[in-house]
Amino acid sequence: MSQKITIEPVTRVEGHGKVTIHLDDSNQVTESRLHIVEFRGFERFVQGRPYWEAPVLVQRLCGICPVSHHLAAAKALDVIVGAGTGEGLTPTGEKMRRLMHYGQIFQSHALHFFHLVSPDLLFGIDADPAIRNVIGVALEHKDLAVQGVMMRKFGQEIIRATAGKKIHGTGAIPGGINKHLSPEDKELFLNGPELQNIDKMLDWSTGVMEFFKDYYSKNQSFIDDFASFPSNHLSLVRKDGALDLYHGVLRAVDWEGNKILDDVDYQDYEQYIEEEVRSWSYMKFPYLKHLGPKKGWYRVGPLARLNTCDFIPSPLAQAEFEQYKAVTNGKPNNHCLHYHYARLIELLHSAEMMKELLNDPDLMEGELVTKGTKVNKGIGLLEAPRGTLFHHYEINDDDQLTRVNLIVSTTNNNEPMNQSVNSVAHSWMDGKAQITEPMMNAVEVAIRAYDPCLSCATHALGQMPLEISLYDAKDRLIDQKRT
Amino acid sequence: MQILIYGYGNPGRQDDGLGVELVKRLEEWAVETELADIEFDKNYQLNIEDAEAISNKDLVIFADASQEEIEDFCLSRVAGNTKVSFTTHAASPGYVVELCKELFQKDPHVMLLHIKGYEWDFKEGISDRALDNMEKALSYMKIVLEKPDLVLKLNNKFKTC
Repeated sequence: MSQKITIEPVTRVEGHGKVTIHLDDSNQVTESRLHIVEFRGFERFVQGRPYWEAPVLVQRLCGICPVSHHLAAAKALDVIVGAGTGEGLTPTGEKMRRLMHYGQIFQSHALHFFHLVSPDLLFGIDADPAIRNVIGVALEHKDLAVQGVMMRKFGQEIIRATAGKKIHGTGAIPGGINKHLSPEDKELFLNGPELQNIDKMLDWSTGVMEFFKDYYSKNQSFIDDFASFPSNHLSLVRKDGALDLYHGVLRAVDWEGNKILDDVDYQDYEQYIEEEVRSWSYMKFPYLKHLGPKKGWYRVGPLARLNTCDFIPSPLAQAEFEQYKAVTNGKPNNHCLHYHYARLIELLHSAEMMKELLNDPDLMEGELVTKGTKVNKGIGLLEAPRGTLFHHYEINDDDQLTRVNLIVSTTNNNEPMNQSVNSVAHSWMDGKAQITEPMMNAVEVAIRAYDPCLSCATHALGQMPLEISLYDAKDRLIDQKRT
Repeated sequence: MQILIYGYGNPGRQDDGLGVELVKRLEEWAVETELADIEFDKNYQLNIEDAEAISNKDLVIFADASQEEIEDFCLSRVAGNTKVSFTTHAASPGYVVELCKELFQKDPHVMLLHIKGYEWDFKEGISDRALDNMEKALSYMKIVLEKPDLVLKLNNKFKTC
């Protein structure tokens, strides 16, 4: 019988996640690791380029979350051009950027939940992979799948309207923004077609929140227990402790809620955060300096943000936040799959913030750019969909970039993802000498909770398969599977 | 006939920008020659919302860079498929087609133009060899777009992969 091999052209330069699991003589898991195997030194590539190119250049890094890199770079350059460290922009400059950012968060969270997570929830980890995807969701829950598509489209349109274009957007510039929101776009987003306006997005965001809570009430032990472990949590918070995805000060709490970092100006991040290199992974392992690499690692992203903040400054999301906090009696939430719960609260918050901003007259008029006195170093942080994103730039007197350091969200979550893989390996693979499809997916589900962007973390492009290898006590490869 | 020509890839990664560059050039040509009813779009990658974008079209041609062992460029019919990879936030052409069928009950004729690329570093600008391939694909696409109904009727006589 003939065999047909189809090669899709989209699989080009490929980065991939690789999990290795080692067993002892009785097939008990002794060690598991998530390796990130593709690396390209992006930071070195941009050295020597004029600093003002950075917000566009960094979009080369990743075609998946270019807006986050675009804005973090622009925030760092605000400092370099003397426009202040987050509070110095004009109202129009800051609010247009915030709208762009909430559009990015909204589309990214919608995509992640509907496209990648809902199949696991609706069909189960051990369901047939042939139906465990969004096509399967479309067949059985068409409304949910359509909502995911239209919410993602809405977020993308917000990005187009604020960044200027889909590819290599130029909206954010050092010191501000290069355009106002057009009256046509404002009208479209506020009063556009029924399935494409902000009220419908709010409606659907509330609906998917209810969907998840209903699922949680019926599957609480699975959601609570899967790959659950204590950790520190780090994010930006507003000065008054509010959730703020665009700007704030650094705060970290431990697994019990004690503040282990608070009110830190992120221009000083190097005093508090260090990155460890391990021989088996190209992705670094960040940690809080004063606690050291063993105790100082932390989670970032939606779960961490809702653990570090005191409240959410939008009414619908705040009401959900109160219910969410009650689950853990006000203490930090250390349940891995509660990332999804937290992500949906942020989805709702983003919809509320977009509506507020779209009704703000500052978006339609006012000064766009702040000018000041140039300095040679600037650091920009923001809360990207996947967590805290660090951009650090230094320039010389010829305005060329001399030093660039990026700590992307997925890198911040490196140790937690490894911990999650380890937890799943013990639960699902102890006593087994073969990798089954449900085991593969259990590992994926644990990693997927963090919504990692391996493209960002490894600077690769193309598809991101996962390879799992199983080794016996003599370090011989006994099984290997690839998604 | 409603037609969409959609290029995708990251122009900041050299030849990965082949699809985007081709669509940019085709769009300029369409304006010059006053060709109507053709919509052009470009993005870093395809995603789920593109299922809605193709749902009201009769013919869709995606253009993408390729590492396959092909001479310069070729065209293939895109069949629906349900495979999604582990954490990627992009969708394959087949996945977009399948999603379009399931969510919007539409089945446009979808083709994928593969253009051979060679260099993928963090640089703007397409390599000379890839640019030659794109020029050939561009000439070919101009012929196709002047008589797009032929794509539907005589699919197998085109430069298929």
